[in-house]
Amino acid sequence: MAPRSVRIILGLFFGLFVLFLYGPLISVFVLAFQGPEGGLTFPMRGFSTHWFGVLWEGVGVVDIWRAFRRSLALGVVVMVITVVLSLMAGLAFRRRFAGSGAVFYVAVASLIVPSIVVSLGIALEFRLVDDAVKAWGRANEVEWVIRQYTTAMGLFTSAMGAQLTWTLPFGLLIMFAVFNRFDPSYEEAARDLGAGPWATFREAVLPLIAPALVGVALFGFTLSYDEIARTSQAIGGLNTLPLELRGLTTTVTNPSIYALGALTTGVSFLVIGVALLVHWLLRKRRAAQLARMGGGGA
Amino acid sequence: MTRLARYSPYFLALPFALVFLAFFVVPLVLVVVVSFWDYTEYSIIPDFILTNYAEMFEGCLARLPDLCTTFATYLSTLKFVVLTWFFCLIIGFAVAYYLAFCVSSLHMQIVLFLICTIPFWTSNVIRMISWIPLLGRNGLVNEGLISAGLIEEPIEWLLYSSFSVTIAFVHLYALFMVVPIFNSMMRIDRSLIEAAYDGGANGWKTLTNVIIPLSKPGIVIGSIFVITIVMGDFLTVGVMGGQQIASVGKIIQVEMSYLQFPAAAANAVVLLMLTLLIIVAMTRIVDIRKEL
Repeated sequence: MAPRSVRIILGLFFGLFVLFLYGPLISVFVLAFQGPEGGLTFPMRGFSTHWFGVLWEGVGVVDIWRAFRRSLALGVVVMVITVVLSLMAGLAFRRRFAGSGAVFYVAVASLIVPSIVVSLGIALEFRLVDDAVKAWGRANEVEWVIRQYTTAMGLFTSAMGAQLTWTLPFGLLIMFAVFNRFDPSYEEAARDLGAGPWATFREAVLPLIAPALVGVALFGFTLSYDEIARTSQAIGGLNTLPLELRGLTTTVTNPSIYALGALTTGVSFLVIGVALLVHWLLRKRRAAQLARMGGGGA
Repeated sequence: MTRLARYSPYFLALPFALVFLAFFVVPLVLVVVVSFWDYTEYSIIPDFILTNYAEMFEGCLARLPDLCTTFATYLSTLKFVVLTWFFCLIIGFAVAYYLAFCVSSLHMQIVLFLICTIPFWTSNVIRMISWIPLLGRNGLVNEGLISAGLIEEPIEWLLYSSFSVTIAFVHLYALFMVVPIFNSMMRIDRSLIEAAYDGGANGWKTLTNVIIPLSKPGIVIGSIFVITIVMGDFLTVGVMGGQQIASVGKIIQVEMSYLQFPAAAANAVVLLMLTLLIIVAMTRIVDIRKEL
């Protein structure tokens, strides 16, 4: 334990850090309730939900509610894929296999290659695919390609792929942390009792790692829901909410942008809250089950 | 072992690997390949030319010591990298140290750690614009300084400046430094610190001879994260710089908006090389895989 004077100074520093983290965010929440006459900065001129109303009517030319729905849908899809693929890969990595090192390093590299480069690469890839498809359509006189095909880029193709290169490495690292601390004796016990591989996984492994999977899901959803850098060049025609929001920062000059900020942050907080609750419930259930089995906490 | 069990790791890892093949490896290869291609206003043409690179550095050596646009942009980007890295490191180390060594109960450690991480789960753009009410011309900082009688006119350089870009970077990414350093510090065997004190080392010596060396993996991982994010940034510099400050990421983004894919690719390759160089230099200090 550090000396008292160090503890007090660092405690103050920590308090300032928390203020630094939350202060600006709180001002956005407060200013979202700015009166109708008020502007982008303090003081508050009254207290109203006027700007939420403005937001509801729609700001500028973009349809933010559609963008919001797109972001939610993409977030859920990315979340599910991230959980399933990270779990499968995490199980695979429990044993060494040919190419395991390469897969690991590619995943880590994906975290540290600048996002704009990844985004550019995916845009190029889809552009070349589009050119190839169009050329093929013309050469073989395929009616629908000539008439209708514009691009393969889109929310659930290029944008989803771009976001997965960002969410999956986090998922894999969490699975590594889980299986490094995983006690294999429960599995062995299940196998000794005659359970097959699938039953062993479902009855012994899955309940033990379920709380961690909630963490992977939280990463998957929120990283997708707020992602901009990788999605930006790989999105195609229809933007997600964060991308629209970024555009709005240069065009909207009234507190409705704070109202939007408060709403989308509220969604993030709601998701975190639900995840923490589910995590806590799963842990409680697991502890109860382990106690019934007479084992210790894993 | 059955045949199925022997091959199961491959089946399990295959979808994961395919995602990275399709959306990471192939795209990166394409960036390198296309950087040697030719282009017109509306098409990109397979070729092997060095024009894209030559245009990037056109006149750069001849004009020294004056900086060409490319050098100036890289210098500006590197300035943000160094500033952000420095402040994140100081804050990250101090906060992690406080959590690891000054908070005694595990329960309290978890609670305080969660408090630090929650803003990380919210939108970056919101966290950027949340500085406007504080740093704007009529923002809280200027109002406060004026009413305190310290200044008479509002300070103009608080917002849409290098200052606001740096503060936003630190605000967004300090956590990336806190988490790995905290992780490293929590693994330090407390008896080592006791032993250092018992051996007669004072607090400072214990810090520099025991705690900092053992926290090095966390420091390096956090540094790599912060540095690579700031290197490729176009968003924060754009929004917080009022679209007036240049960065390498922004050049790439602008070139793409004009569909000059090969030029953007050449810029991306140079950016990538520089980033990798920095990372290789840092990983010389630590083996990442051992730390997981």
